[in-house]
Amino acid sequence: MPASLPAPIHRSRPRLPATLRTPLGVTGTGLLALVLATALLAPLLWGGAAEAVDTAAMLQGPSADHWAGTDNLGRDLLLRTLVATRLSVVLALAATALAVTIGLLLGTASLLLGPRAGRLVTAGVNIAVAFPGLLLALSFAVIFGVGQVGSVLAIGFAGAPAFARLCQTLVAGVADRDYLAAARLAGVGRLRILLRHVLPNVGGPLVVNATIGAGGALLSFAGLSFLGLGVQAPAYDWGRLMQDGLDRIYLDPLAALLPGFAVVVAGLAFNLTGEAVARAFSIDSISGVSLLAGGALRTRRRADGGAAPGPHATPSAEVEHDAGPDLVLDVADLVVTVPTAAGAAWPVRGVTFRVARGEAVGVVGESGSGKTLTALAVADLLEPPTTVTARRLSFQGRDLLSGDHRTLLGTELAMVFQDPMSSFNPVRRMGGQLAEGARHHLGLTRRQARDRAVDRLRSVRIGEPERRAGQYPHEFSGGMRQRAMIGLGLMGSPALIVADEPTTALDVTVQRQVLDLLAEVRERDAVALLLISHDVSVVADVCDRVLVMYAGRVVEDLPAAELATGARHPYTRALVAAVPHLGTDLDRPLAVIPGRPVDPADLPAGCPFAPRCPLADARCRTEEPELVDGVACWRPGEDLPAAVPEEATA
Amino acid sequence: MTTQTPTTARPAGAARPARPAGAGTGAGAAQHRWLRFAVRRSGRLLVSLWVLVTAAFLMIHLVPGDPVRASLGPTASAELVAARRESLGLDQPLWVQYATYLRDLLTGDLGTSFGSQLPVADTIAQRLPATATLALLAFLVAVLVAVPVGVAVAVATRRGRAPRTELGFASTSVFLATIPDFLLAVALVWVFGVTLGWLPIAGQDGAASFVLPVLALAVGPAAVLARIVRVEMLAVLETDYVRTARAKRLPPSAVHLGHALPNAVTASLTLGGLLLGQLVAGTVLVESVFAWPGLGSTIVESILAKDYPLVQGTVLVYGVGVLIVNTLVDVALAVLDPRSTIGES
Repeated sequence: MPASLPAPIHRSRPRLPATLRTPLGVTGTGLLALVLATALLAPLLWGGAAEAVDTAAMLQGPSADHWAGTDNLGRDLLLRTLVATRLSVVLALAATALAVTIGLLLGTASLLLGPRAGRLVTAGVNIAVAFPGLLLALSFAVIFGVGQVGSVLAIGFAGAPAFARLCQTLVAGVADRDYLAAARLAGVGRLRILLRHVLPNVGGPLVVNATIGAGGALLSFAGLSFLGLGVQAPAYDWGRLMQDGLDRIYLDPLAALLPGFAVVVAGLAFNLTGEAVARAFSIDSISGVSLLAGGALRTRRRADGGAAPGPHATPSAEVEHDAGPDLVLDVADLVVTVPTAAGAAWPVRGVTFRVARGEAVGVVGESGSGKTLTALAVADLLEPPTTVTARRLSFQGRDLLSGDHRTLLGTELAMVFQDPMSSFNPVRRMGGQLAEGARHHLGLTRRQARDRAVDRLRSVRIGEPERRAGQYPHEFSGGMRQRAMIGLGLMGSPALIVADEPTTALDVTVQRQVLDLLAEVRERDAVALLLISHDVSVVADVCDRVLVMYAGRVVEDLPAAELATGARHPYTRALVAAVPHLGTDLDRPLAVIPGRPVDPADLPAGCPFAPRCPLADARCRTEEPELVDGVACWRPGEDLPAAVPEEATA
Repeated sequence: MTTQTPTTARPAGAARPARPAGAGTGAGAAQHRWLRFAVRRSGRLLVSLWVLVTAAFLMIHLVPGDPVRASLGPTASAELVAARRESLGLDQPLWVQYATYLRDLLTGDLGTSFGSQLPVADTIAQRLPATATLALLAFLVAVLVAVPVGVAVAVATRRGRAPRTELGFASTSVFLATIPDFLLAVALVWVFGVTLGWLPIAGQDGAASFVLPVLALAVGPAAVLARIVRVEMLAVLETDYVRTARAKRLPPSAVHLGHALPNAVTASLTLGGLLLGQLVAGTVLVESVFAWPGLGSTIVESILAKDYPLVQGTVLVYGVGVLIVNTLVDVALAVLDPRSTIGES
């Protein structure tokens, strides 16, 4: 039963006119309309005049009568260029149609002939696409002979491999869709499957690329005719006119330049139109123009409405005391500003904390709470247009807000990033990656730096460090890379390790190794640790003190030991309650914090946690509490309603 | 994890190991990997070569009618045609001709030109240097301009900085990339040869004569390559490992050139290799504009004159040139990026 199953078209289709209203689209379609109109009308209007021999005006330069001069028979070159539009375009379109047809046949060979023949065709196409089109066209020109027909065939065949490759990719994309399998099971013939189910789904990209391909064919044809292999006299296309004109470039430059200009304009017309449509449908095109897109920073749009929260630069209420010698990091009112399309957003809005020598401070919070940005800001790793301001930001007693601190940060501040798989340069050896900072900051020789790198790899428990130092990152496992990252931090003499989710990407047993190693390093040299994590249990386990962040601010600052029982902020308590433990009743749904984290670009008035807080009252919704005595809450430590947070699973 | 023996010459895509890199791969394994890469890559080269040679051989036989008659013209006597056919071996069975063709190729015999009656190999040997020099110079110019420009523009315009520079670069590079090389050649002839009179416009005569042909060939690929390098560089600058390099507080030049550039170039090379092949073929048209005494002029003249042995030989040489370029690109990739030797790309 040849069921005619619907072949869904998996592509959202914006309306065409809208897409062509972009500058690219307007230019492209405008030019294309001009070229096609000329192709249609010029031979009708000036066909005769362009052929008119005028022996009185042979080989003239530009004049009032003949703007672009005349050829050896006194024919007007401007008119000839205009009239040549039709032949040039028609031949290009014919060659493109041929290329698409052959490409389609080759590209769908696996569907039509079965997988084995298909593989053979694919292999052939893969070899053919490696050769430049012009070389293929020249070879085919040998077979099909010199002249219009031979050139159409040559350019058509030469263009086929690229389209075949495109079709193979497109067909492979739809070949394992369910509706195709269903059609096959229903006994629908191969040709019918191709026509009814595959082509409608690959048609869009094919048409777009054919449009761009027509531009290429136009240029190729001009090339062949220019070489004398294409259109033969008395017929003439742009390439032919260029060839005739080149000999006279001293006398009449326009004779060669005008048809050349026409070729560029027509080529652009096809290209730009194709690109505009391709971009509108987000189709990949064969040509490279689409590479232009991208690169610009994607900014988050701030929703209209909501009062602009601003960075709240009010100084925090804590008592000022001198930065003692034991203070490694001293941060006051740290603000991170990210420019957006509609002004600015403040993902970190006035964070204040200190880290003492040897102390381990954890920063917890949900995604988007600003904890990672805080860490990067402290480490001076944020780049413009993101900006960092603070009332005070000092590391090891040095003010990081002014001056150059490369050597200090390069030797005394160690970073451990979240994803060890991507944090090392894939094309450089591990030893060198560890050594280069030491060579730069400490002036070690290559030999010394390498020895130190090997020593540090050994100290982070990497076996055979000599051999490992000569390997590339992909030869290390994830856990080894994270240990090597810690080893990298130990190349100097770190006073602080900033670890941003150092164990998140690792499995549980490896997590333990990395955490133990961090603890060991800390004890050995009294190194402080700033541990960023969304995992409350890890922080409680490793750290002395915990900063709880929400919506870009510290909402609670408390000793890690008090986390389980002594937390006062409702958010901290909800975080702690959400951690499953061995006694958790698995038959009940896991506890979650109701609602969603706030968008830093769209903060509500009042306490940002209020919309999710069971204790929130009118004041909470209008006034934002400051961090006082380690908690930023209007109702700290009050009893939570019985139902929350355990059953708030909505 | 046991390392595969290099005798499995073609592990293909399926054998790409997920490489749970916990287990070490020693120096021996690294050598095996290189050996495997060499075997696989030269295997591919040989297959491509064989396809190329066979296509070149078949080319003559696909010409409709009798190529000798076509070449000698309708006025030639039947005896002459028959004699020429016999001397070319065209009276033999196809497979004998094929075997002879392959055997001659291996000894460097590319046949005899219909026109000049000289060995094709001699003509090619005489013409090839001019073309090879042109292509090589153009390639060097393209790379030496495109890579620094692409890197500099990427660094200057990343994260939405210097939007005017970005716009200027984008429009200039698109414009330059769209102009086909032979049209650019004509425009260059007009500007620098005719209007300004600074540079010679035809023939190969001294260093000055190289300027315009090399420019005509290099500008388009340079524009495309610069765009590719910029896009790749922008992507690489946002990676974690570049952040790690910045966390080492290296000077920006060390971060950009030492860490970002090798990765950006690796990615650019894959696309750049295709450009390079096109550049080799582009010499045909550009040589025609500048009356360059190279292979490009030879191939056009021989096609027009139906001098089939000469066509066959030149097409073969161009094809081999492209294959060599592609292979070199793959080798360069393997050297730059140790991961690419692991499996089929």
